[in-house]
Amino acid sequence: MSGPILLDRLKAQFGDKITGANLEAIDPWIEVAPEGLVEVCQYLKTQDDLQFNFLNCITAVDYFEPDPKKAAKVEWKPHIELVYHLSSTVKKHTLVLKVILPRWKDDVPGQLPEVPSVTSVWKTANWHEREVYDLSGVRFIGHPDLRRILCPEDWVGHPLRKDYEMPLEYHGIRGR
Amino acid sequence: MATRLEDPRVVEFDVRTDEMLVNMGPQHPSTHGVLRLVLRTDGEVVSEVQPHIGYLHRCAEKIGENLTPRQWIPYTDRMDYLAGMNMNLGWSLTVEKLLRYELPEKARHLRVIICELGRIASHLVGMGAYGLDLGTFSPFLYAFREREKILDLFEEACGARLTYSYICPGGATADLPKGWLQKCEKFLDEFAPVIDEYHALLTTNAIFIKRTAGIGILPAEMAIDYGCSGPVLRGSGVDFDLRRDGEPRYTSMYDGYAFEVVVQKDGHYPRDHKYPPVPKEAVLGDCWHRFYVRMLEVVQSMDLVRQGIEFYSRSKGDWGTPIKLNQKLPKGEAYLETEAPRGQMGFYIVSDGSSIPWRVRARSSSFCNLSVVSELCRGCLIADVPAIVGSLDIVMGEIDR
Repeated sequence: MSGPILLDRLKAQFGDKITGANLEAIDPWIEVAPEGLVEVCQYLKTQDDLQFNFLNCITAVDYFEPDPKKAAKVEWKPHIELVYHLSSTVKKHTLVLKVILPRWKDDVPGQLPEVPSVTSVWKTANWHEREVYDLSGVRFIGHPDLRRILCPEDWVGHPLRKDYEMPLEYHGIRGR
Repeated sequence: MATRLEDPRVVEFDVRTDEMLVNMGPQHPSTHGVLRLVLRTDGEVVSEVQPHIGYLHRCAEKIGENLTPRQWIPYTDRMDYLAGMNMNLGWSLTVEKLLRYELPEKARHLRVIICELGRIASHLVGMGAYGLDLGTFSPFLYAFREREKILDLFEEACGARLTYSYICPGGATADLPKGWLQKCEKFLDEFAPVIDEYHALLTTNAIFIKRTAGIGILPAEMAIDYGCSGPVLRGSGVDFDLRRDGEPRYTSMYDGYAFEVVVQKDGHYPRDHKYPPVPKEAVLGDCWHRFYVRMLEVVQSMDLVRQGIEFYSRSKGDWGTPIKLNQKLPKGEAYLETEAPRGQMGFYIVSDGSSIPWRVRARSSSFCNLSVVSELCRGCLIADVPAIVGSLDIVMGEIDR
């Protein structure tokens, strides 16, 4: 199914929960509002002609420029982008979904942004979401077991945030 | 037959004892690196398995945000360190996708030859180490004997035996040396009869079948739900291989090559008449089938290498020009998955227009394959846990990145 048709269909089905799209990109993507994410994913998975039954990857991209000089030049406002790469083992097609989140919930630094978990749709999301939580600091609401996965449990901070600072020491091990 | 908690034939299992938590790893020989499994056991029966990973986390993605794509290639080597060539390929294709770079014909065939040899080497380790997990030492030595020859070939092509950094965006760092193709053909001729030895040692071995057939059955729906890929997915009977079903940028590499995806269809594997039959104890999706798919893929890869040699020696042009070390990247993002020996290895690159990517992401196949282990081990015996973990053929370097 071609991009524009799918986009129109999703827009007709979900209305303003589809907040944008870029069909000219190398991998065309559709932007979904956080509150509509689970519904859209469930729809994409269960429709007979779509059958996106395979969640390849969840990535968080932190758009933030710590250097104030460079920050003045960038054209985006600071935000976090969640990228969901989906594919179908039956129909053999792929799709990219994006969810835009604020860097901090209610703009209070330290308060992790929240997004509904898609573990109810694909079980593989469990570990992917744990990794995103661990490294990029996004809280997945409804996740059965949201713990750090790669870093130790008592680690402070989320390393893939652009403003992350390497700790000076960890349990007596020098960091810098 | 797998012994389950509710199995009435085994009286012993009705006796409930105190639950015990057993720590398996992180330095356990059969966990393939530094994997820690916490088993909740009731006597010999495992009621829950909780994997703990991250012991080999080396911040590869964070490092990638500070290096140019070509500088990051050595880091991809260290992900799945048993198949460095295939990791190089995945990353190179992703960068080429972002650059919209068209590869010369000769480079394409060179990559097929190298990557399929890499797959053979990787499956040989997988096979040998699986034998070790189950308590037999000889297949390991047999496997390493042949793998050594592949490493010699790689060494001659690029100078390294484990971390190659050979394939890079734009082609490869060098052409194959003179006389290499003949050596490669010689290796294939010597290797073909050895495979029967492997089948005699493991595939048809009565003890091996007892330890693996019917153990750790992974249904197809569950495999897809958990994002399993590669031999784990095909061992469950899902007909999916990115070399055939992937996106054109990757599948075009295999244009003109004849191969059949190794998967059981209608109760038959392709060309199964030439290979040992499936034992009647084996159930689709069990440890034995995952192992068998790998063994058949070794033969498939040999065939692809032969075709590659044929194409390569006929093709004109060069092996490609590696992109500049500080090549400016166009603004945008690209994601690409390739069929690495352990499954679908994906790389994602986001660029802001400079020569250093804004974000780099690696989707690891072993990571997803391992996530299904707690489902597979529920209700199995402690002795079956290494058999199940081994059959997933994980590499921790790729899981922890």
